[in-house]
Amino acid sequence: MVNIIWAAMLLTGIVVAAVNGNIDVVTTAALKGAQWAVDFALGLIAIMTFWLGIMKVAEEAGMVRIFANMVKPVTRFLFPTVPRDHPAMGAIIMNLSANVLGLGNAATPMGLIAMKELQKLNKSDPETASEAMCTFLALNTSCITVIPATIIGIRIQAGSLNPTEIVGTTIFATSCAMFVAVVADRILRALFRRGRWR
Amino acid sequence: MFMDMVTLAAKWAIPVLLFVITVFALIRKVNVYEKFIQGAQEGFTTAVKTIPFLVAMFVAISVFRSSGAMELFVKMVSPVTEVLGIPAEVLPLGIMRPLSGGGALGITAELIKTYGPDSFIGRLASTLQGSTDTTFFVLTLYFGSVGVIRYRYAVFSGLTADITGFIASVVVCNIVFR
Repeated sequence: MVNIIWAAMLLTGIVVAAVNGNIDVVTTAALKGAQWAVDFALGLIAIMTFWLGIMKVAEEAGMVRIFANMVKPVTRFLFPTVPRDHPAMGAIIMNLSANVLGLGNAATPMGLIAMKELQKLNKSDPETASEAMCTFLALNTSCITVIPATIIGIRIQAGSLNPTEIVGTTIFATSCAMFVAVVADRILRALFRRGRWR
Repeated sequence: MFMDMVTLAAKWAIPVLLFVITVFALIRKVNVYEKFIQGAQEGFTTAVKTIPFLVAMFVAISVFRSSGAMELFVKMVSPVTEVLGIPAEVLPLGIMRPLSGGGALGITAELIKTYGPDSFIGRLASTLQGSTDTTFFVLTLYFGSVGVIRYRYAVFSGLTADITGFIASVVVCNIVFR
């Protein structure tokens, strides 16, 4: 699936540029994309190091376990393969909470810590996503946002009379997305277990 | 009132978390500084490990966008989506959203500037921006950080969620703002 999407984007891009007669755009765009990716990864070093340090302290103090225990009923349903008091649980919950509050800077490191912990539980093939990882990513990408802070900022700048009027519609739409994501994840998990197609 | 409380929670969440973790760890007699360093060791490798994944994805997205292939794609599908009550103006946003957060934000800002924040398109674009996610970016980054290259069905469920968010935004905005 990713292979097809990736190749499709690259190849149609090159063909369209050739037909339009601006083939030189391809090289510039490719290098610009690469540059952006590296810049992002380098920026990630600082926040990743910081949050990994803090999470280690929290884990040693036994806080992650307490936190994970509090939300047990929900997580048992969503992540049946993850032990209840595993550190992955704590990181998953913190990532989702940060997403809800619109705290992008904290959400990404928490998410990566969660992936790291889930990878430890991935007993089969470390290069293939586990079921718990798929569920986590489905939740993460569809997560309810209570404060779409960036967009409210743009609306204020553009002189909106009521910049926050879109909060209600956003919560509604994102709730629908989250519900469907959970259902889709369940169905796909069952299908993949039975058919074992990739 | 509700919004004020949520904004307040967002502002206080991290400082309170840092405070509570440190105090709690001290009570439990954890060597906080040493443990912080121990955990932080992995920060560099985790971040650097994502580079090949991010480069691969962003090269493809960047070429797709800059070449004009995305515009062409929008032109091809817009007659279909127009019938479904989706304004052609917001379609590029719907396609850009799962690919690139920055790109989508640029389109949203542009739409709000052109049509006004309180126009139907402005409100719809705002809702869309908040209710869908940069699925490809998140998948690339998260899986990349642990070296997973076979995503199984994660792309399907992520895109299903995005399409649902898109449709739900269009429907709810048509009901509330029209």
